[in-house]
Amino acid sequence: MRKRMATPYLIWILLFTLVPLGMVVYYAFTAKEGGFTLQNLTNIPKYAPVFARSIWLALVATALCLVLAFPVAYRIARSTGNRQRTLLLLVMLPMWMNFLLCTRAWMTLLEDTGLINRFLGLIGLGPVHMINTQGAVILGMVYNYLPFMILPLYSVMVKIDRSVIEAARDLGADGIRVIGRIIIPLSMPGIISGITMVFVPSVSTFIISRWLGGSSNLLIGDLIEQQFIGSAYDPYAGSALALVLMVLMLIIMAIMNLFDSEDIEGAMI
Amino acid sequence: MEHEIIRLEHIDVSYDGEKVLSDLNLSIRDREFVTLLGPSGCGKTTTLRCIGGFTRPETGKVWFDGQDITDLPPDKRQVNTVFQRYALFPHLNVFDNIAFGLKLKKLPKDEIRQRVLQMLELVNLKGFDRRRIEQLSGGQQQRVAIARALINRPRVLLLDEPLGALDLKLRKEMQTELKMIQKQMGITFVYVTHDQEEALTMSDTVVVMNDGEIQQIGTPEDIYNEPKNAFVADFIGDNNIFDGIMRRDFLVSFGGSDWDCVDRGFPADGPVDVVIRPEDVKVVPTQQGMVCGVVENTVFKGVHYEMTVEINGLHWVIQSTDCAPVGSTIGIQVDPNEIHIMEKLFSGDKNICYGTITDAHTVSFFGGEVSFTRPDIDLPKGSRVRLTISPHDIEIVSADKSHAVGFLESVVYKGAYNECILYAYAIDAPIMIYSQNDEQVATDIPFRFDFEKIEVVPCDGEGQS
Repeated sequence: MRKRMATPYLIWILLFTLVPLGMVVYYAFTAKEGGFTLQNLTNIPKYAPVFARSIWLALVATALCLVLAFPVAYRIARSTGNRQRTLLLLVMLPMWMNFLLCTRAWMTLLEDTGLINRFLGLIGLGPVHMINTQGAVILGMVYNYLPFMILPLYSVMVKIDRSVIEAARDLGADGIRVIGRIIIPLSMPGIISGITMVFVPSVSTFIISRWLGGSSNLLIGDLIEQQFIGSAYDPYAGSALALVLMVLMLIIMAIMNLFDSEDIEGAMI
Repeated sequence: MEHEIIRLEHIDVSYDGEKVLSDLNLSIRDREFVTLLGPSGCGKTTTLRCIGGFTRPETGKVWFDGQDITDLPPDKRQVNTVFQRYALFPHLNVFDNIAFGLKLKKLPKDEIRQRVLQMLELVNLKGFDRRRIEQLSGGQQQRVAIARALINRPRVLLLDEPLGALDLKLRKEMQTELKMIQKQMGITFVYVTHDQEEALTMSDTVVVMNDGEIQQIGTPEDIYNEPKNAFVADFIGDNNIFDGIMRRDFLVSFGGSDWDCVDRGFPADGPVDVVIRPEDVKVVPTQQGMVCGVVENTVFKGVHYEMTVEINGLHWVIQSTDCAPVGSTIGIQVDPNEIHIMEKLFSGDKNICYGTITDAHTVSFFGGEVSFTRPDIDLPKGSRVRLTISPHDIEIVSADKSHAVGFLESVVYKGAYNECILYAYAIDAPIMIYSQNDEQVATDIPFRFDFEKIEVVPCDGEGQS
């Protein structure tokens, strides 16, 4: 009975995840004219700069999210009652607004004649060129994905027993060493899932880079999109790119998971 | 006599406006095993947290070896704590948990290793150094927590109900072991427990606390033999505690008869508490008994039987090696030496309040919060009255039916009812209620008056409403 209750989901995942995935793999190894080929994959190295840029920007955005989210998550985890609920609500509020709308809004804000530059001009500091820079892309990623870092961090931090922190203080650890030796190691599962949840959508985004990064900051996502619905229509090459990106992310996640279990194991030395 | 190592001076602590410790003073000598004993909510853990540095007193000072450490953070104090639920670091193994303090001090690796292994031996966990915390049983986790604290060679070890989560047999073993460790290390232990037996067997000094105040400080023998008041007597053993009237020196009346005793100096015909230990009551044939009663209940306790006997409406607990069948009538004798007379926790045996006549036949009292109308009261409007309310005529009820609310400070079973002393918020003073139910101390309890039975007499302006 229990097993059967999962059937709708299984059908769903089969139809809309596994079948398309199979199609991507199939197309990746198929030539334009039909028949098996490795050409699509061997062509990929010429896109190396795009891959490098995507990974770099996603890494910077993820690191920024982690640095920003950690103290916020800790603060929320240590507060109680209504204050905690209010703070959580504030974190989730941007998630309720459409992702495209948020990004579009940033576009108008960051423009050379946008709201921010008009204000900067007023106080004699601007205008500063912001739109269509890598900084703008990173800002867009951090803005959109920060809650995905805060929430997993919060959910592990809230489970850290207060008396464990007091025990560390009691044994001679000052505030900084309590963070380094107790809070960070105990938050590791949250850090790992937060990193994954921010890095993966950041590395594959195409809307943020297109609207905030302009044509000079093309990312893998844009590249793949172009192959399917853009000017350079070539679903075979697009599938190959998607496949490589997927494999890349799987490798990164595997490394992250290794980190996770190692950190707990590593403490045994 | 060792010198003083810790002194708490006029400590006041409140949480959310509720007073947890009020003007607490305590001095602890070096190498002493001190136990803070009391029911939950009595402030014993808070006292420990003040010494450990986790709670900062609002007023008062904490002294350590002649130095004021009130504002010193926990990591700077020469004190270590064994926490209630151990609080071990779940991401570290046994070795690293114990080594935590030494690693912070950056001691050489060899020394850390040697000292950790030494500690493991002391707490009987040899060979457990690589185990993970979740692989350990409760008793083993407890030992790790003790080792982790002791390895830092603190001058004082604080233990917060460390054996509370263990089963009885393990608890007994650990009691002996802890006592041994304390002797061996030659350091001060401050131990918090609500288990009176634990306190009596382990301690050099027992501090009995209730409602944020120290009730009595003394050796286990002192506390057991000479409890200072009914609360201590009730908490320290299954004592019989009755309301009595001191007729004159050496003669007390309770349970419907007069008894010879050895106490004097109490006001004549004044209310007192009478305490008799269950093992001091002798069971005799009815014709030899000073009083007689019917056996209600018998429980075999190993060395003796414990019986409940009803005598003149009071339920006595009696321990005897002979068993009397339930329903049989027995006589009892009590040696005058074994009848302990104590001053009552509550002054007098009636509640006295003051009120005002607000309308014809209407009295307002309890800070104006409670008023009632009774045709037999016929006094001029605005005149002051004194109300005498028997503890029997106040009832503990659910909040929707209550007239007022009080904070329950103590409950003592008096052989036929529980004597509850509440701090009534409306009048900022204690009131006494006799109740048949068990109530949780240190909580807010709603209650209502039986207006028909309140005695109202005019008075001239004295006291407050």
